[in-house]
Amino acid sequence: MSAASRKSDDPPDPARLSRLVVAVGENRDRAAFAELFGHFAPRIKTYLLKQGAEAGQAEEMAQEAMIMVWRRAESFDPAKSAASTWIFTIARNKRIDALRRERRPDYDPADPTLPPALVPAAPAAADRAAELTQQAERLAEAIRALPEEQAELVRMAYFEDKAHGQIASETELPLGTVKSRLRLALARLRKALNAGGREDA
Amino acid sequence: MPAYHPESELLMDYASGALPEPVALLVASHVSLCRDCQAEVARLEALGGALFDGLEGEAMAPGAMDHALARLEVTDNLEAASATTSPPSRAGRLVPRPLRDYLGDDLEALSWKTRAGVSEAALLTSFPGFRTRLLRIKAGTTLPQHTHEGSEYTLLLAGGFTDASGHYLRGDVAVADPSVDHRPVADDGEDCLCLAVTDAPLRLTGPVGRYLNFLARL
Ligand SMILES: [Zn+2]
Repeated sequence: MSAASRKSDDPPDPARLSRLVVAVGENRDRAAFAELFGHFAPRIKTYLLKQGAEAGQAEEMAQEAMIMVWRRAESFDPAKSAASTWIFTIARNKRIDALRRERRPDYDPADPTLPPALVPAAPAAADRAAELTQQAERLAEAIRALPEEQAELVRMAYFEDKAHGQIASETELPLGTVKSRLRLALARLRKALNAGGREDA
Repeated sequence: MPAYHPESELLMDYASGALPEPVALLVASHVSLCRDCQAEVARLEALGGALFDGLEGEAMAPGAMDHALARLEVTDNLEAASATTSPPSRAGRLVPRPLRDYLGDDLEALSWKTRAGVSEAALLTSFPGFRTRLLRIKAGTTLPQHTHEGSEYTLLLAGGFTDASGHYLRGDVAVADPSVDHRPVADDGEDCLCLAVTDAPLRLTGPVGRYLNFLARL
């Protein structure tokens, strides 16, 4: 109800979050890390609680995930993902590892049998980074604009560790309905995902 | 580039982390061989990032950050150099890295069982509810006609095969649901190497599911 009263200061914008991760990666900047911690650690905790972690475990794992952010910040490439996306994947992998006790098979973007990807030159990488932070802003907007029944399914798909079939049995909706609502949601979100994207013809 | 891709739900479940490990392994292996799906997974992860950023944060315990900073001092010193991997053998080169992480470089070192032109090596054997196998099918072999108890995903790594649903080559993902009664034929010329993941009916739970499982075994 009173969501506004729980909000603290204005949240940092995506471009700032990316700069903060870069500052940690390049300079081991503790002030930047503190700001990232303030923004992301509580979200990681919420994410883990939604996935079934107990409160103490969620707290502990959120701290561990933020330590990974510190340690891996050098590998963060703002031309490849927004900071929130990068940290989401760290939290996701942490959950698979610690809560499900499974390995996360990550794909290899540099398979030797594939033709090499076109590596953009430096200015293009800066453009790409700017596109990604704009994409993050557009996405946040597009998610807010989704009809509630679609938004809820998308959140379930991402936050409740349920594959589509399980969502169907949980919501008591036919699998076809779950799929078609998610496809509708994705179709709406795609505009926000694609605009300006170079690989999306 | 592959012509047959995992359906978009599967890519979304891979991006969200909801897929069980055997299916995630198959998807990650396809995505390693498919630039289109790499771009799609990046988009679906961006969506995950935006949803994640939109979460209402749960307050951390007082002093959490100082605690984490103190742990940084320790972990910074412990950080191990990342292991350097030797280049894979020629056979290993056909196997995308996510799968190689499970199999090692030397396919011959796996314990293969051969029957009627088909060799199989099981992996992830202790993962409940799924059968995960590397299959090597002699060129030109027709597989015995069979139906599936669960869905079967097959990722082609070398050679090719044809069934009623299409002609599959390296990188392609074939999906057979329980209703499909199929009879794949391996292409002539080159042995067919593929990763097959079947979700067994073990996943059905509850009294009705158990009854169905019982019937399935009859
Ligand atoms: Zn693909």
